[in-house]
Amino acid sequence: MGHLARLRRDRSLLLMCLPMLALLVVFAYIPIAGNVVAWQNYSPFVGIRNSPFVGWSNFERVFADPSFWDAVRNTLTITAFQLVFFFPVPIALALLLNSVLNTRVRVAVQSIVYLPHFFSWVLVVSIFQQILGGAGLLNRLLAAAGFDGVDVITDPDAFLFLITSQAIWKDAGWGIIVFLAALAAVNPSLYEAAAVDGANRWRRMWHITLPALKPVIILLLILRLGDSLTVGFEQLILQRDAVGAGVAEVLDTFVYYRGVRNGDWSYAAAAGLVKGLVSMLLVLAANKVAHVFGEQGVYSRR
Amino acid sequence: MSATRQIDRGGPDRPVSTDVNGAGPVPADQVQRSRSSRPVWDEEPTPVGKGLKGLALVIICAAVVVPLYTIVLTSFSTQASITRAGGLVLVPGELTLDAYRQVLSGGVVTRAVLVSVGITTVGTAVSMVVSVLGAYGLSRTGSYGHRVILFALLITMFFGAGMIPTYLLVSSLGLIDSYWSLILPTAVSAFNILILRGFFMGIDGSLIDSARIDGAGDWRILAQIVLPMSKAVTAVIALFYAVGYWNAFFQATLYINDSTKQPLQVVLRSFVLQGVDVPGSVDVGSGQVASLAVQMAVVVIAIVPVLMVYPWVQRHFASGVMIGAVKG
Repeated sequence: MGHLARLRRDRSLLLMCLPMLALLVVFAYIPIAGNVVAWQNYSPFVGIRNSPFVGWSNFERVFADPSFWDAVRNTLTITAFQLVFFFPVPIALALLLNSVLNTRVRVAVQSIVYLPHFFSWVLVVSIFQQILGGAGLLNRLLAAAGFDGVDVITDPDAFLFLITSQAIWKDAGWGIIVFLAALAAVNPSLYEAAAVDGANRWRRMWHITLPALKPVIILLLILRLGDSLTVGFEQLILQRDAVGAGVAEVLDTFVYYRGVRNGDWSYAAAAGLVKGLVSMLLVLAANKVAHVFGEQGVYSRR
Repeated sequence: MSATRQIDRGGPDRPVSTDVNGAGPVPADQVQRSRSSRPVWDEEPTPVGKGLKGLALVIICAAVVVPLYTIVLTSFSTQASITRAGGLVLVPGELTLDAYRQVLSGGVVTRAVLVSVGITTVGTAVSMVVSVLGAYGLSRTGSYGHRVILFALLITMFFGAGMIPTYLLVSSLGLIDSYWSLILPTAVSAFNILILRGFFMGIDGSLIDSARIDGAGDWRILAQIVLPMSKAVTAVIALFYAVGYWNAFFQATLYINDSTKQPLQVVLRSFVLQGVDVPGSVDVGSGQVASLAVQMAVVVIAIVPVLMVYPWVQRHFASGVMIGAVKG
């Protein structure tokens, strides 16, 4: 069929794609092109068109800037910490819930633990401040019991613990959805056969349940690694002032403060572009690794 | 639910539905699992094990419920009860609606609620129209331009332009201090479109073919066959979009400088996190209402819409929605 005939046949489909395409072009692709400011000395008063080009000097400044590397280090520290202390939580929760036989209890618990996923970060941080803050509920109860108070919110040493517990409170419950799905897909007769052969509940978990979860675990692990440079941006920017930039400055907040707050537009754009490109490479690499492991990965060719 | 079956192609090898309320039909293999009785081959757990499991479940649920409970209770408490408790109230004392009366009597918070409701309503409508049309437009493999358009959509999942160029664009479009700056840049989510598309593609092709033979065009097929068959997934996606708009905070701090146009999350931040007395929102003179009660009332107001929609949509959370989506 010729182009014209196919065009005529599919014209309503194309028409339907038009609003989406228009928004993509304006708000995704034009800004991608707008990254040219990273090679300029951009000034808002003259605009992109008249700002002078300065070659790679912004990138050189970024790479020579110790505070940029501090932000990189903080970002990777948070990612690594959460990989160890956040990542396994939904798996454990899913195993626990899956072992609950009573449907009503299971459904009730699920509805409760999914809920915080739908709260905003402002809300979650507010709630934590009220509970764990200097004048919060925890300290009051501690004081009533005769203990010294702790202020988790403003203590830089406790910051990793704080943001990770917030992340767990908000998203660990939601995270169990995929694991429960994988668990529900296990054929019950496998368990029965294993039990008949004398495997107790722990051996059944080790030899049947965990292998059933393995593909999902690998997939999510790889996705998280690919996303290493992105840690909860809103969460961090909300708490950066309380705890200080020393531990709370990550790449995204670095770009925001340098660019939007300090007006060093070109420099911030260069830092943001480096982050975007490295992230993209990480995601693509992670996907490659997933394929090597025989998993489907994030995308696959049809 | 046939819906969740079809969407699940990317996931585990068997169709799964976490139709958690059991409201819809559940796949046969789950019916067996959802019986409360223990299979004969399974040994009875030890009392200690049972007790620990129960304790763990209670602690987990309490970690979510207790903070919400004390916040709601405090928002309804009088200054006297709050002073007696020394902060958040755990045991109900005297109750009052004063905090809500004060907050909703037409100050900054009232305006912020209206702004957020407006943005959420209009934004969700825009996003849904664009996404449903786009998802259907991309749902027929081999249609003209299909691969190129899909690719253009997928790229946005892997490479974001970055904050600075996006900010410069929004500002050069003159959208600073316009409500559209909170809607248009985030109106299209590739992820959500792929979920919808995956679902539309799973709909029985023979239905669509026979409609086409009967002379129906794509617009009619979408409106009269595809959409009515996709109510659950459409509801979930609409929830995702709506929650996104309702919760959006950073966008507003970036693009909205005019303090009279701030959405609720920004007001919540300055009011509760930064402890700022937003001018006009509190009648300082009367001093009747505890500021903690007022703060918690704002928190509750930010939660309520989520709590209202949640039960409606929650039963549709299909596991497959999450996994099936990521496949292109």
